[in-house]
Amino acid sequence: MSPDVRLPGLVLRTRSDRLSVRMHTRSAVVVAALVVLCAAIAVMTLGAGDYPIPAVDVVRTLLGAGTPVTDFIVLELRLPRLVTALAVGVALGASGAVFQSVTRNPLGSPDIIGFTTGASTGALLAIIAIGAGLPGQAAGAMIGGLLSATVVYLLARRGGVHSYRLVIVGIGVQALLTSTNTYLLVRSNINDAQRAALWLAGSLNARGWGHAALAAIAVALLLPAVLLLGPRNRMLELGDDLARALGVAVEPARLGLIAAGVGLAAGAAAAAGPIAFVALAAPQLARRLTRATGPGVLPAAAMGALLLVASDLIGQHALPDMQVPVGLVTSCLGGGYLVWLLARRQARAGRRRAWRPGRRTGAAA
Amino acid sequence: MASATAPAAALTGTPARRPGRTRTRLAWGLAGAAAALVAVALASVAIGSRSVPIGTVLDAVIRYDGAVADHVIVHDLRIPRTLLGLAVGGALGLSGALIQALTRNPLADPGILGVNEGAAFGVVFAVGILSLDSPYLFVWFAFTGAAVVSLGVYGVGARGRAGASPVRLVLAGVAFTYVLHGITTAIVLRDTVTFDRYRNWIVGSLANTDPGLLARLLPFLAVGAALALGLARPLNALSLGDEPGRALGVHRGRTRALGAAAVVLLCGAATAAAGPIAFVGLAVPYAARMITGPDYRWLMAYSVVLAPVLLLASDIAGRLVARPMEIGVGIVTTFVGAPLLIALARRRGRLPRL
Amino acid sequence: MSQVDLYGEELTLAYEQRVVARQLGVRIPPNSFTVLVGPNACGKSTLLRALAGLLRPTAGAVYLDGQVITRYPAKQVARRLGLLPQTAVVPDGITVADLVARGRYPHQRLLRQWSAEDEAAVSAAMAATRVTELADRVVDELSGGQRQRVWLAMVLAQQTNLLLLDEPTTFLDIAHQVEVLDLCADLHEHGDRTLVAVLHDLNQAARYATHLIVMSDGAVVAEGEPAEVLTAELVSKVFGLDCQIIPDPQTGTPMVVPAARRRSDRRFEFPPVIGPDGVGRRTVASRTPARG
Repeated sequence: MSPDVRLPGLVLRTRSDRLSVRMHTRSAVVVAALVVLCAAIAVMTLGAGDYPIPAVDVVRTLLGAGTPVTDFIVLELRLPRLVTALAVGVALGASGAVFQSVTRNPLGSPDIIGFTTGASTGALLAIIAIGAGLPGQAAGAMIGGLLSATVVYLLARRGGVHSYRLVIVGIGVQALLTSTNTYLLVRSNINDAQRAALWLAGSLNARGWGHAALAAIAVALLLPAVLLLGPRNRMLELGDDLARALGVAVEPARLGLIAAGVGLAAGAAAAAGPIAFVALAAPQLARRLTRATGPGVLPAAAMGALLLVASDLIGQHALPDMQVPVGLVTSCLGGGYLVWLLARRQARAGRRRAWRPGRRTGAAA
Repeated sequence: MASATAPAAALTGTPARRPGRTRTRLAWGLAGAAAALVAVALASVAIGSRSVPIGTVLDAVIRYDGAVADHVIVHDLRIPRTLLGLAVGGALGLSGALIQALTRNPLADPGILGVNEGAAFGVVFAVGILSLDSPYLFVWFAFTGAAVVSLGVYGVGARGRAGASPVRLVLAGVAFTYVLHGITTAIVLRDTVTFDRYRNWIVGSLANTDPGLLARLLPFLAVGAALALGLARPLNALSLGDEPGRALGVHRGRTRALGAAAVVLLCGAATAAAGPIAFVGLAVPYAARMITGPDYRWLMAYSVVLAPVLLLASDIAGRLVARPMEIGVGIVTTFVGAPLLIALARRRGRLPRL
Repeated sequence: MSQVDLYGEELTLAYEQRVVARQLGVRIPPNSFTVLVGPNACGKSTLLRALAGLLRPTAGAVYLDGQVITRYPAKQVARRLGLLPQTAVVPDGITVADLVARGRYPHQRLLRQWSAEDEAAVSAAMAATRVTELADRVVDELSGGQRQRVWLAMVLAQQTNLLLLDEPTTFLDIAHQVEVLDLCADLHEHGDRTLVAVLHDLNQAARYATHLIVMSDGAVVAEGEPAEVLTAELVSKVFGLDCQIIPDPQTGTPMVVPAARRRSDRRFEFPPVIGPDGVGRRTVASRTPARG
């Protein structure tokens, strides 16, 4: 009898062996830890502000046992913004993980198909051409983003999803949309332009339950879809040929994953505008912690939520005279982190194998 | 015939040319491009948002009379503008070809070293923090900002064992861009005056009327151009890979550093003079590569000629489309260039690979 | 385990517009170790991919167990036929056990992600390929031969009767090549399996194959037992190589010995050697070396 190989990870199996689930132990622990951290920061955020509320009271209010004053401040003023931040963070983290996994590139993000710029154009048109308020901006962003992603995909169709043809078309469409945005900014009156610029920075100011709902619905629908496609995605990592040989319908699976990724990004953009860096960084940061192969969706989502909630806390309270839009905080933090990473003299440049997919026989060569 | 040139190419580091892409044909093509450039330049002087008859244009050049309004327009507005377009376009094309070589990526934009963001930050710093208002000063802040940021990007990218490898350069550029963009936007959102200046600057325009501007920036452009053209051969060798390049006697670190310096000089000066004009530095060298192949000597020659064609043509269009107002050239170049790029990408056949 | 029947009829195989093979017919003998050989670009990898159902023929069809292979649902094909393509990618940082476990995908379902059967299959596959001790190692850090054994373990974990291997020995040094091929021979003899492999090396093909298929320019030129098929005329016609066929001193199978280099009297023109002092020197290629 061959010796039993214990595969790493938790396995939950019913007695009859009809149902079984396997998960990477360390990832599960990391997700749990991130969720706890998130909750802690959430409570801090809900308690901070012009009217500080101690953490205990915040928790009590959330559980339904608060005073009318704390109820109003926590549940009506601050909670919608927090829920929006959580949902957007989850959506961005998951979306980034999907794109990085499908394009097999640690720099992959929804931007490569011109999505984010399209969302910006949609929102700007809503602000400048129609003078819309927040709901209109959200609608504009969603429509603009989805439309531009579709256009890029259709134009680049023949090459397949991770081809260079797609990259080129993406660059072209993005450039067009950016120029349109600049034109709109310059031509409009100064007030509209400033509102537009604020939206473009990525902000959670004045976000209410409507926005929270947008992002939360996107997450509720699409995150399970992404998780369902998980096993197929793991086969896709082995290369198209091997995936097909193992029984995966490659193109539909990839299309499904990208559609889900785009949908998540759309929900996030509609709720908060283009928030830099989270979709890029959350999966990589999560991966450093879990040491799993490839960007895992759940750890990335949890990390995204943590990043966003923490950034919002900083943005609201760091500077005395103004609230810094959360997108700028993530931009600076994220860029700073990357600079720090690059600046430490990397002892093990060999670990940089992330940039090139390992070929079957290439590594030792 | 092709197979005979291939081993010879490996020995001398010169890329083999596909049969059909002979030196003669490329030379004729370059002459044609140069002719197109001359034509566009002349058109740029003759056409504008205000109609000036051709006769008057010629008069303005030959027998300039400062009292005639049309003469002033031609002499003080259109000619400097055209010259600026030539210089900026050439600089962008050349730096675009250079950055392709430095990142080994035919789809790289010279702005990835942080030049655009640095220049923007310089301008915003001048207006927002120092409360300056003279457009003439902006240029130097922009240039300094671009230079400092690019230095930072290259410095960070060059740490590590392999030096300023393409991947590290790109990453460092992305990182600095993110940070700067955040800070710049934060400053800009604080007050209306800064925001207004900023949004008018980022459009990118050749309408800078300071006559001495080009003269003052010319030394930087000249040094940058000389560096670039001198680096063509070493870059050819390096494009075969780091080790074959070294085997051919090319000093990798020095070539990269000089190349980055040239990009900063050229692109920095161009951005300081005209604002950030994206896309020209990316699209023209990419398209030129399809004509010339990977030989950087021809690639740079074609880029330096074709980029101003695109820029000036876009400028003319910008002056005509929305008369009597103008649309900034930075916007129009994208509308002209992007559809071309997409059309190129969609045709069958081989594209320069990433 | 039931036998698997694989053959192709009247196949026309093409990539975009480029036709690689026309009217190709091939049958894989059950329970054989079939090897496809041929010069570069003769279509052997293309044929293998068509046989695996990855490439849809523009004409003709590949039949697996009596039905056209492309009509089967993909997972069903994967339960009968295992393919190891050349383009397989090692995900960054994956361990050996994890990679082998991925071979179980065709047998898994959404709610049945890791059954006792899966565990047993993986253990057996790793034991057969002798990589059990490497279970926790990261695949990237293994030697070429070890990595190839891990890939074989993955394909074995699929528990198929038919294994298709596209150039399993390329890029390996000679000791590892033999290691992998010996393993394949073991799998063939002791497991009731049919193997089809594309190999570059004629001598290895002759040693290990029970059935040899020689291809050239998109057509099958000869097939049968290596001893019958491999002749000097065939090698000359297909590969353009003058050779002598002798029996392998170890196994008795045919061994190809290329003919010795013919000295020519022509002076070859090499580019002149430029020494460090910049002076040109002629090479010594024109001198005929003293030889017995």
